Amino acid sequence: MPGAQPQTDTGPRVSWPRQRASETPARLKIRARDVNVHYGDNHAIRNVTVDIDDKTVTAFIGPSGCGKSTFLRCLNRMNDTIPICRVSGLIEMDGQDIYAPDIDPVLLRARVGMVFQKPNPFPKSIYDNVAYGPRIHGLAADRAALDHIVEQSLRRAALWDEVKDRLAASGTGLSGGQQQRLCIARAIATSPEVLLMDEPASALDPIATAQIEELIDELRRKFAVVIVTHSMQQAARVSQKTAFFHLGELVEYGETGQIFTNPRDPRTESYITGRIG
Amino acid sequence: MPDQHILRAFDRDLEEIQARIMKMGGLVEAAILESARALRQRDPALAEEVRRADKAIDRLEEEINEEAARLLALRQPAASDLRTVLTVIRIAGDLERMGDYAKNLAKRTVVLIEMPRVEGAAGAIRRMAKEVEQMLKDALDAYMRRDAALAEDVRQRDLEVDQMYTALFREFLTFMMEDPRRITPCMHLHFIAKNIERMGDHVTNIAEQVIYLVTGEMPDEARPKATDIAPPSAGGA
Repeated sequence: MPGAQPQTDTGPRVSWPRQRASETPARLKIRARDVNVHYGDNHAIRNVTVDIDDKTVTAFIGPSGCGKSTFLRCLNRMNDTIPICRVSGLIEMDGQDIYAPDIDPVLLRARVGMVFQKPNPFPKSIYDNVAYGPRIHGLAADRAALDHIVEQSLRRAALWDEVKDRLAASGTGLSGGQQQRLCIARAIATSPEVLLMDEPASALDPIATAQIEELIDELRRKFAVVIVTHSMQQAARVSQKTAFFHLGELVEYGETGQIFTNPRDPRTESYITGRIG
Repeated sequence: MPDQHILRAFDRDLEEIQARIMKMGGLVEAAILESARALRQRDPALAEEVRRADKAIDRLEEEINEEAARLLALRQPAASDLRTVLTVIRIAGDLERMGDYAKNLAKRTVVLIEMPRVEGAAGAIRRMAKEVEQMLKDALDAYMRRDAALAEDVRQRDLEVDQMYTALFREFLTFMMEDPRRITPCMHLHFIAKNIERMGDHVTNIAEQVIYLVTGEMPDEARPKATDIAPPSAGGA
């Protein structure tokens, strides 16, 4: 597999704080080995091997069409819904093959939540948007338990104080940034273990973007967060690990600080410094 | 890696700031050589010129720092671009210090001219200054060519400057013990030699910045050192 071997962060001294001092070392959450994705004849992902840590924000960066979103969608089997899409290779979560025949993709997606580029609240009340997942998965025993889940999720999404007096109002009536935080609340309401975010702030203004970024930093206390972003500054700001994709390959994967100060692959360097590559 | 940024103004900014470093480096090289020449030729006018010229060096450092801050704020450089800006700031700081030492040399020259010669000293100092100037030239070349091997070579050569300083130190000590009337000029000459030795340290810093710029890593500390300044055996000093 020509040039497919990603460079990992095993290089010499990297003088960048890996984790906050108070945190325990990251634990492996998702292990992907030789993942290939084909859309019909298009070989979209080529031999991607990557380890994603728990309680860590991992950013996927790369030019449009590089495969970063496609790979993200492999992690909760969203690609299953596309008939011409074929995924091969191994993806394990906590040592369990998520493509194994006995895995129910619907249950998997409750464990691996997702937030999309454009805020897409259901045309329902704020309360029902958040309560939707817990209801269909039967996570709440009674109304009080559901109320609790809704409040907790909205609090974690840093939206509670803004909407607590109008939970019955429609989710679509909120501002863009609030809608996106509502979608995050909805995604975390099922107590997922991993949160996938595909360009979660690209449709938002700078203030709402900062709120989402602050939220991402909060969320990583509980979840593994994987974020696809076109904004390299955003990747640099929110993530601890960064993976650079190019033409379907994982070119380089390492500590975010190392990637942005001293990338080892010239393709990464070209991309993050804004050169023609 | 392609050299050109998609945003061409970014290239112009980076080129501009590096051009200023080169200009500053050229001025410092000249200051080192001219100040040593002023000492050897006992030329107060030339010494005065070196002192005046230091203002231009200081001004360039300020301009470089301002430009670097602007570049960081507006372009958010990453990777080698970031290292370019960081090293430019640090190198400008080293060059500014070297300029100050040259100015100090010129200042002491004006005083020394009024005193009897200490034979051999001015020539030795000139050789030392010449060596440091050559190291600086090579360090700046290494910077422009992104040549880590040349920078490492410069780094190693600082040992020679240290040895020259140590030899001079002992010589001045002997002179002073022999004839107390030489204490004042020898003290001035010793400060000059020490300052040139420090210039060598700043060139070493610049060379290390070049290595960081090219490789992304600071070189390890393992560098030959010669700081044996034990007094000559005859002395009880």
